[in-house]
Amino acid sequence: MSLSNTDVKRIAQLARIAVSEPEVGEYLRQLEGIFGLIEEMQGVDTEGLSPMSHALDESLRMREDTVTARDQRDLFQTLAPQVEAGLYLVPKVIE
Amino acid sequence: MLNLSLKELGALLAARKISSAELTRAFLDRIEALNPALNAFITVAPEKSLEQARRADERRAAGDATPLTGIPIAHKDIFCTKGWLTTCGSKMLANFVAPYDAHVIERCADAGLVSLGKTNMDEFAMGSSNETSHFGPVKNPWDPAAVPGGSSGGSAAAVAARLAPAATGTDTGGSIRQPAALCGISGIKPTYGAVSRYGMIAFASSLDQGGPMAKSAEDLALLLNAMVGFDERDSTSLRRPPEDYARDLEAPLAGLTIGLPREYFAEGLSEDVARAVEDALAQYRRLGAKTVEVSLPNTRLSIAAYYVLAPAEASSNLSRYDGVRYGYRAPEYKDLADMYGRTRADGFGPEVKRRIMIGTYVLSHGYYDAYYLKAQKLRRLIARDFAEAFAQCDLIMGPTSPTVAFNQGEKSSDPVQMYLSDVYTIAVNLAGLPGMSIPVGFGREGRPVGLQIVGNYFSEAKMLNCAHQFQRATDWHGRMPSGIPGI
Repeated sequence: MSLSNTDVKRIAQLARIAVSEPEVGEYLRQLEGIFGLIEEMQGVDTEGLSPMSHALDESLRMREDTVTARDQRDLFQTLAPQVEAGLYLVPKVIE
Repeated sequence: MLNLSLKELGALLAARKISSAELTRAFLDRIEALNPALNAFITVAPEKSLEQARRADERRAAGDATPLTGIPIAHKDIFCTKGWLTTCGSKMLANFVAPYDAHVIERCADAGLVSLGKTNMDEFAMGSSNETSHFGPVKNPWDPAAVPGGSSGGSAAAVAARLAPAATGTDTGGSIRQPAALCGISGIKPTYGAVSRYGMIAFASSLDQGGPMAKSAEDLALLLNAMVGFDERDSTSLRRPPEDYARDLEAPLAGLTIGLPREYFAEGLSEDVARAVEDALAQYRRLGAKTVEVSLPNTRLSIAAYYVLAPAEASSNLSRYDGVRYGYRAPEYKDLADMYGRTRADGFGPEVKRRIMIGTYVLSHGYYDAYYLKAQKLRRLIARDFAEAFAQCDLIMGPTSPTVAFNQGEKSSDPVQMYLSDVYTIAVNLAGLPGMSIPVGFGREGRPVGLQIVGNYFSEAKMLNCAHQFQRATDWHGRMPSGIPGI
């Protein structure tokens, strides 16, 4: 498989990771190496196999839809970069 | 005193020959003296540790002690610890003081274990050498030129240098077993779901599993007794009756059949590791076990499957680090998208960003079937390999790592070479099986060699029995690095 600089920029954009122009080439080289390793699996016949998402094939446990967490907003917001009046602040998105 | 087993320390505490406060002070002093050179700890908070020790002493005085009450332990910095800095080895969380305790931390505290601090690790547990930590690499106590392994490198180095009698670790692709092997200590990754992932900062949720690291299998059994247990807050936590992992330690090994996967003794295994492992197997035969050859034909493919599944899950798990609710936020940005982009570009190190990008790509539109689904099917094949092997043997053994500890810097610029060093451990996570590593000798330049023991689901007690019997007959687990000041 071959990736291009455009692919790397698109992946970085999807991952919300800013990359500078000089970094793109370095990522391209490393990702191609890693995908070289990954591509080995394409040659394996997996016809008829069901995908395995859990080691013991257990499905996720369900619980009653009730409130179990207590309100810890004040404590949690002490960790935030910027808060005001109990709200998390981010740059304005709507003019 | 600093080289005693947990059972011996527990006996000294029970007999009031020493207090937890004195024991904790002794380890804190040793950390203060030796950690600057090793960098095994990210955070040490002596006041907090000593306060816990005083409470342990009070608990003992009140007649409410468990076998572990008052014994110190170091926690991998991946476990959220209320009121303690919990960084996960990342700049992204360099200022994060956890507002709650992980289930593992709660369980250890319930047993009366005293926290010595938070150990260094590869950033977000992504690495096999502890070189991706934002807080700098950890030195291998056996040889400062060598890596300690990763990602639980700080925990392994701390136990090896006797800065802590035990430590917690986590293992997604070998992160308990490989550093245990490279540092000459013992470590076990239980069956997936045995130890709760609540409060354990997520890397690849379908593979992540916490477990103990210590000097011996006997110590591991006591620690597992404290750490394992059902937890409502982890959706994959298993509800099973409690078991005593130390119950079979003394059982004889006569009649045990050990499977040796031919793929683990093939090309790529270095001679010095092969020799030490063969010697260990000979010891097992002397103890009454029989060895048979088995095959795990998809061993090599496990690396490919892992490097799809783990990054895919990581890219999803790490999307929460956005500079909004906690952790790092870039100092300058022009709008929201720019804030996310710069925060994540500056807050994550290169290995984490690489894995997020791989994961993002394999999950992106049009590629899901070709990568994620394909890798999950391979995972099925890998689990079947083990099931077929276990039809012919009780336990599987082989090397934990193809080489002894490599040098600092040797593989850090070549991710593919680094990934290949986990070839023997990764498949065990994909299958969800329990795996452990115990020290069985030394290879090149006097660096330790680990023997990996893989059991069937829920066979931890048998694995620990098998490891303990070996450790009763040998003294590899009692050896200490010569370059470190003695006890």
